[in-house]
Amino acid sequence: MSRALHDAATGTLFGVALNYKGLLEQRLAEFEQAPYQKPPVKPVLFIKTPNTRNGHGQPVVYPKGVERLQAGPALGVVIGKRATRVSAEQALDHVAGFTIVNEFSLPEESYYRPAVKAKCRDGFCVIGPELVPVAQIADPHALDIRLFINGEVRQQNSTANLVRGIAQLIAEITEFMTLHEGDVLITGTPEGRVDVQPGDQVEIEITGLGRLANPIVAEQEAH
Amino acid sequence: MKHARIRFQGEVHAVTVEADNAVRLADGRLLGEDQVEWLPPANGSMFALGLNYADHAAELAFAPPTEPLAFVKSPGTYTGHNQVTWRPDNIKYMHYECELVAVIGKPARNVKREDALEYLAGYTVCNDYAIRDYLENYYRPNLRVKNRDCTTPVGPWIVDVADVPDPSSLTLRTWINGELKQEGTTRDMIFDIPYLIEYLSSFMTLQPGDMIATGTPEGLADVVPGDEVVVEVEGVGRLVNRIVSEAEFFAQYKKEA
Repeated sequence: MSRALHDAATGTLFGVALNYKGLLEQRLAEFEQAPYQKPPVKPVLFIKTPNTRNGHGQPVVYPKGVERLQAGPALGVVIGKRATRVSAEQALDHVAGFTIVNEFSLPEESYYRPAVKAKCRDGFCVIGPELVPVAQIADPHALDIRLFINGEVRQQNSTANLVRGIAQLIAEITEFMTLHEGDVLITGTPEGRVDVQPGDQVEIEITGLGRLANPIVAEQEAH
Repeated sequence: MKHARIRFQGEVHAVTVEADNAVRLADGRLLGEDQVEWLPPANGSMFALGLNYADHAAELAFAPPTEPLAFVKSPGTYTGHNQVTWRPDNIKYMHYECELVAVIGKPARNVKREDALEYLAGYTVCNDYAIRDYLENYYRPNLRVKNRDCTTPVGPWIVDVADVPDPSSLTLRTWINGELKQEGTTRDMIFDIPYLIEYLSSFMTLQPGDMIATGTPEGLADVVPGDEVVVEVEGVGRLVNRIVSEAEFFAQYKKEA
């Protein structure tokens, strides 16, 4: 991780689930059934605990006993100034910049319960390679996101397809919860998460933000 | 021994707690309970258990879980002893939850139940407030219900493991304005602390300062601005909190940005 990002993104890592239109639409029929009975009204949020932090070029451990592990390409928003009850119009004033996040997860069959076991494993949140200041990105809602496995494109989407854009997320979240300087908002992973295997080189490219690369390694025997 | 974090004259101190909740600073000064601002005694992630008491699960009309149902809280929602928590305007039901909290003392990965207590720094108490009106079925309970600013009082202190010989038989009680509203015992916990440490550390590394909030028994009730809410775990601590309105909170305690 570059020094500037390491210094800027020291806070809590907040994720937003179901924030790509394609992903939400795939699930809408299911969400009308029990136990959900209606689609989400407010942003569906989760926390990547500090043990999940990982950096550019670092290995991501494929846990023993796990059947499937999936990459999670996402645009990361790094908070630069405390945000309590900010409006959408003011929200971007509280952002230090953007980065790439690879929000690793076990596959999620259900969105009913918090996904701690799927999402909070050591090293499951890669952030980097750099912090790109807000002013350098003309439109954060028109960025291509591409996932490469061993050099081959396996998933692609655009931040144009976010259900809630960055300013709206910040406004809705800070209505009840302050975002502090250094917190990172992981704005969502598009539909079509891709399985990875030990030995794979996983890279995410987002327009203007560079390329975040990590090898997947098998978990060693306990010693 | 009891260990706390307080702020006094703008400085944060690690203190020990003596008779009548007086706190002893490292330089030897002794300050009264009301002279200091009590801070949360730990600042890691909190893994909070849902439906971990059989009676409470029944109260909410759920079958008891077969695997721990944990959700995560982050430090922004914590507040200390004798502080305030806000009730949002235009809601129908905000309730307390009195809970015994285990505080992790050293990194814990793949820990077996029989060794689990070696990884504890001690125990504390939390009041895991929830706003029921905001409950949706996605990653339930979600952050809008459980991770609001200053809506999880924690403390007042951490008590040493050795000072709580049997954490599986402690009485939990909650009072609103002096009236006893909730009473239960940690005997009725479905997954006990050693099991929860084994479970969580089986797939992640628990960090020093992380906390496991072990769930609440039955006996929930609504709280409104002006209420004094006291949660107590016998032999661990008595944690006091006052409910304020949304307007009062943002005017006096949390200046809008």
